[in-house]
Amino acid sequence: PTYEGHVPLTSIERTALAVGSGVMAYFNPRRADLIALFGETTAQPFFINRLRNAMLKSPTGRRILRDRPRITSTSLSLPYLASLPTNTVGHTYYEWLEREKVSPDTRSAVRYIDDEECAYVMQRYRESHDFYHALTGLPTVREGEVALKCFEFANTGLPMTGLSVFNVFTLKAQERERFWGTYGPWAVRNGACSDDVINVYWEEEMETDVDELRTRLGIEKPPDLRDIRKQEREKRK
Amino acid sequence: MNSISISRSLRRLERLQRLHSTTLSQQYRCFSCSIRNQHETTKPPTSSSQSANYTHFGFETVAENLKQGKVAEVFSSVASSYDTMNDLMSLGIHRLWKDHFVRSLDPGINPILFSAPTSSPSTSSPAASSPSTPQGLNILDIAGGTGDVAFRMLDYASRIHNDSTTRVTVADINPEMLAAGRKRAASSPYSRANRLSFVEANAETLTTVPSSSVDLYTVAFGIRNFTNIPKALDEAYRVLKPGGVFACLEFSKVNNEAFNWAYKRWSFSAIPIIGQLVAGDRDSYQYLVESIERFPDQATFARMIQNAGFELPAKVGELGGGYEDLSGGIACIHKGVKPLEDTK
Repeated sequence: PTYEGHVPLTSIERTALAVGSGVMAYFNPRRADLIALFGETTAQPFFINRLRNAMLKSPTGRRILRDRPRITSTSLSLPYLASLPTNTVGHTYYEWLEREKVSPDTRSAVRYIDDEECAYVMQRYRESHDFYHALTGLPTVREGEVALKCFEFANTGLPMTGLSVFNVFTLKAQERERFWGTYGPWAVRNGACSDDVINVYWEEEMETDVDELRTRLGIEKPPDLRDIRKQEREKRK
Repeated sequence: MNSISISRSLRRLERLQRLHSTTLSQQYRCFSCSIRNQHETTKPPTSSSQSANYTHFGFETVAENLKQGKVAEVFSSVASSYDTMNDLMSLGIHRLWKDHFVRSLDPGINPILFSAPTSSPSTSSPAASSPSTPQGLNILDIAGGTGDVAFRMLDYASRIHNDSTTRVTVADINPEMLAAGRKRAASSPYSRANRLSFVEANAETLTTVPSSSVDLYTVAFGIRNFTNIPKALDEAYRVLKPGGVFACLEFSKVNNEAFNWAYKRWSFSAIPIIGQLVAGDRDSYQYLVESIERFPDQATFARMIQNAGFELPAKVGELGGGYEDLSGGIACIHKGVKPLEDTK
């Protein structure tokens, strides 16, 4: 094994885990550990290497690979984030954590990627996922997650993100319409044209204004999904 | 040699040393390495010459006083999906093993014949007209957790022998497993009839069980997790009545080479994968298969039972050797009887 917790797999084992986790996660997307497993088993050899190379091509990406920062509840000071001005990345992330009632510790460790540096890239992607939610403003409901995964696929190219978009077939009819009509095209357009979000050094961007960061990366904010859903619920009453 | 090639060769040497040290010091759990571990003679400090401070936890080495806690963690985390995982790992065959185990023990009394008289015996034969209460067997199921064997024994006694007095006490060291068992017991008639109780106890020190009080002591797929197996066997000897039966169903060594190859592949590759997918916990299942690997083989364990004072059904090495292999040796039933006179 090349790092602590690494479990080398044979190709039969890897295929079995990939197929098993993919199918089970499709039917039960609440199992975050299966989604993570699906990501790890399908990323090698090409896609995770491509992502690592994308990091190497950017100066910030190179710094991240050298520093290897980790996002956990100990490395981020939540009271500090709460104290920041309202439209900063840090404060938006904090608000988003409160609203969705999640914590930065919910990400499992990477175990099935063989190259040590690529394992870190995967871990970084997994830990940054919450920041992508804050960056795009998409909520953690199934509809929001599917849209965000579509965006991530267009941006990072990891197979798990692309395959997760198949979960759109489990959405309700109105949600599906919204995806094909608004959020899907938004995701593809922005993910493909913007800068690599994996290269954002989140720890340094805490005090940056969110809109400024979006402009810098080339991402437009999609229509607020939470508001739309709330309005629909009101209408139905 | 100029300075560049010296530093390059130094770097190469350092890299080689680092690689060498990591491959030697870490024992990891992929399939081929598990096989290699079997054949390795150099083991971490668990030699018998040293003081018994260290023991095995699967392929890891841990301090003896820590093993109990680590086993507890494993079973707390597997408790909720224990029964499902058993079905998946053994492809349902564990049900056949447990059924055969209970059937071969034939638990239960004949309520007409075996009754204790309620009033003092009359001058004629004791089993005469005076009404009497049948006295069922007192069965102790150790590491019984979710109650698989306990329910089977009660069902067998009730249905085959029409015995409604035999009772089973399920003892387990892990509260989560007991909770799972109690939940199952709630939907059975036994807990209400006071024939089934669940207690938290350590098999190595059964303080709540008086000596010579148990008719039948069973332990199914639990004994390999004990820190000190001889101590547990001694406790079993103490609590059993003279003439009482000790029965153990446990994983053991497969005799056939080819079948063993397939079995090992299943154990070390498929089972951790199923654990990861179904229970979200690869490590606990890796521990389980490693603990099977570490358990002594049939003859050795039979001798351990003999050393505790039990009489075996046959001499070790003769006529099936005092144990019964199931599924080619994947599981094995060991039985022993506590002699009527204390020959220990």
